[in-house]
Amino acid sequence: MYENLNDNCTDAGIKAEGLGKRFGDFTALEDLDLVVPKGSVLGLLGHNGAGKTTTIRILTTLSVPSTGSATVAGYDVVKQGGEVRKRIGVAGQSATVDGLLTGRANLEMVGRLYGMSKREAAERADELLTRLGLTDAADKLVKEYSGGMRRRADLAATLVSTPPVLFLDEPTTGLDPASRNDLWDVLREQVSEGVTLLLTTQYLEEADRLADEIVVLDHGKVAAAGSPDQLKQRVGGDRIEITLADPADAGPAAEALAGFAENEVHSDPAASLVTAPVRAGTRLVEVVRSLDAAGIDVTDVHRRDATLDDVFLSITSAPKVEVHS
Amino acid sequence: MSETLILARRNLEHVRQIPEKLIDVTLQPLMFVLLFAFVFGGVIAVPNGDYKEYLIGGILVQTLAFGLMGPGVAIATDLGEGMIDRLRSLPIRRSSYLTGHILAEFAATILAIVVLSGAGLLVGWGIESSVPEAIGAYALLGLFAFAMIWLGTLIGTVARSTDVVTGIAFMTVFPLTFVSNAFVPTDSLPDGLRQVAEWNPISCVVAAVRELFGNPTAVPHDAAWPLQHPVVASIGWCVLILVVVVPMTVRAFNRRTTD
Ligand SMILES: Nc1ncnc2c1ncn2[C@@H]1O[C@H](COP(=O)(O)OP(=O)(O)OP(=O)(O)O)[C@@H](O)[C@H]1O
Ligand SMILES: [Mg+2]
Repeated sequence: MYENLNDNCTDAGIKAEGLGKRFGDFTALEDLDLVVPKGSVLGLLGHNGAGKTTTIRILTTLSVPSTGSATVAGYDVVKQGGEVRKRIGVAGQSATVDGLLTGRANLEMVGRLYGMSKREAAERADELLTRLGLTDAADKLVKEYSGGMRRRADLAATLVSTPPVLFLDEPTTGLDPASRNDLWDVLREQVSEGVTLLLTTQYLEEADRLADEIVVLDHGKVAAAGSPDQLKQRVGGDRIEITLADPADAGPAAEALAGFAENEVHSDPAASLVTAPVRAGTRLVEVVRSLDAAGIDVTDVHRRDATLDDVFLSITSAPKVEVHS
Repeated sequence: MSETLILARRNLEHVRQIPEKLIDVTLQPLMFVLLFAFVFGGVIAVPNGDYKEYLIGGILVQTLAFGLMGPGVAIATDLGEGMIDRLRSLPIRRSSYLTGHILAEFAATILAIVVLSGAGLLVGWGIESSVPEAIGAYALLGLFAFAMIWLGTLIGTVARSTDVVTGIAFMTVFPLTFVSNAFVPTDSLPDGLRQVAEWNPISCVVAAVRELFGNPTAVPHDAAWPLQHPVVASIGWCVLILVVVVPMTVRAFNRRTTD
């Protein structure tokens, strides 16, 4: 019953060329090129509406691209949808499990639909319920699950057939930190076994930890791509971050920091935080002196490495939320 | 085929979890049987027979006509939730979802027919015809139910919410079953309504079922052609509905699940 599902092409992970999607006049995705080698992880980042879900839906055959082409596990997503579906596991953005079945019944049904025998499906369901920490809730109806449990049940359903390529749309949204860590472990384990993983996330830390490559989408277009380290280098090395005693000082503080910055200074009055990418060789004490000279009271000043958050802020053009205090 | 059965089992499992889902095919028609048999039974006269014998055919068909609501609500619910995406990402034929759905709904219909036949026997209804004719009656009921399930599925696929489905069902099925011979003979209706009732497809299915069960049909001598030849006309109606509705449903389903 289990065919060899990795036969088609040795380097077969995910490939997309010039992928685009229009909804009427609206272009949700434009000219996306992707290569995800087998056994690696691609993180797809982007603001709300950037086109992440659209990309996943096309690659998982749920949606037809308007332009371009893509292969998954070596098969064309449009012309060989059936072959693609045999080799993928998909966890959509909203949990796709049946609320009126128990967690166990959901997994067994999915297993049976993959062609497993009753016993095989039951064993696999047990295994996954244990693996995702759902043993106690296994025989409860899914509609009685908490959001995070439902999310985990959904991921379990995604893993039923041990697919060689996984697509996860914001898999850890709504999970508590412990469950999130568990899930990361599950995913790392999968990848170490040669599974190719494409995941979207709003948590940059997640992309940083899991992804080999990152693609940042902005309004349907690729805004940046590369490994997490490459992206961080691109936005410059160190940051100086100051915490203000009085959020009203955000403007003057930004001005004071501008003298040391090699790029735009970022202020977040709501968090009383001002961040500046600083020129190499800037000394912290000079920064403190100039803040003092400007009469700005700070509760903290420190230097840190660039994070993906900085990358994200500097390259995406999502409308910034202005907070007036 | 096995995919269809697995998916049909899913719908039946829903019923096991929420047995109330079966109210409209069990308790509701039972209530109609009692209401009509004992409240109107004494008032409505039926030539060559008893009102209770007359009534059951009407209630059977009315119940099956309302049976379009269940499949409509079920598919509208599935399409509104992420579940359909899960199924579509599995390596199964896309048609399996529809066939599984229809099969499960058909099982619910059989339950309704059994419950109503039992209730009918208790209040004094009976099968007065031969075995082949009785089998024909049940086969016709099955065919009609099948057509109604597809019609409901179409409505549910096109509708954007379950409320729309129940709305449409009530607005069409209620008038259609009441302006018919389901509860009163057509010649007791005022002119105008009577013609509508005699051309109403519900009336001819009801008359055909009564005829095949050997129950009084109370079809007036000057009734419209379909009522004079109810069996042929009913089969014609059901086939026509299926020929139109099945391809429309498949197309609507494919459209709703492609973007
Ligand atoms: N079926 C559809 N019809 C019309 N527009 C759509 C459709 N699906 C998505 N869009 C639009 O395409 C754009 C991209 O949507 P998409 O769901 O891919 O974003 P996303 O990056 O997943 O966002 P989020 O982080 O909020 O999940 C959005 O502007 C959305 O409104
Ligand atoms: Mg999304």
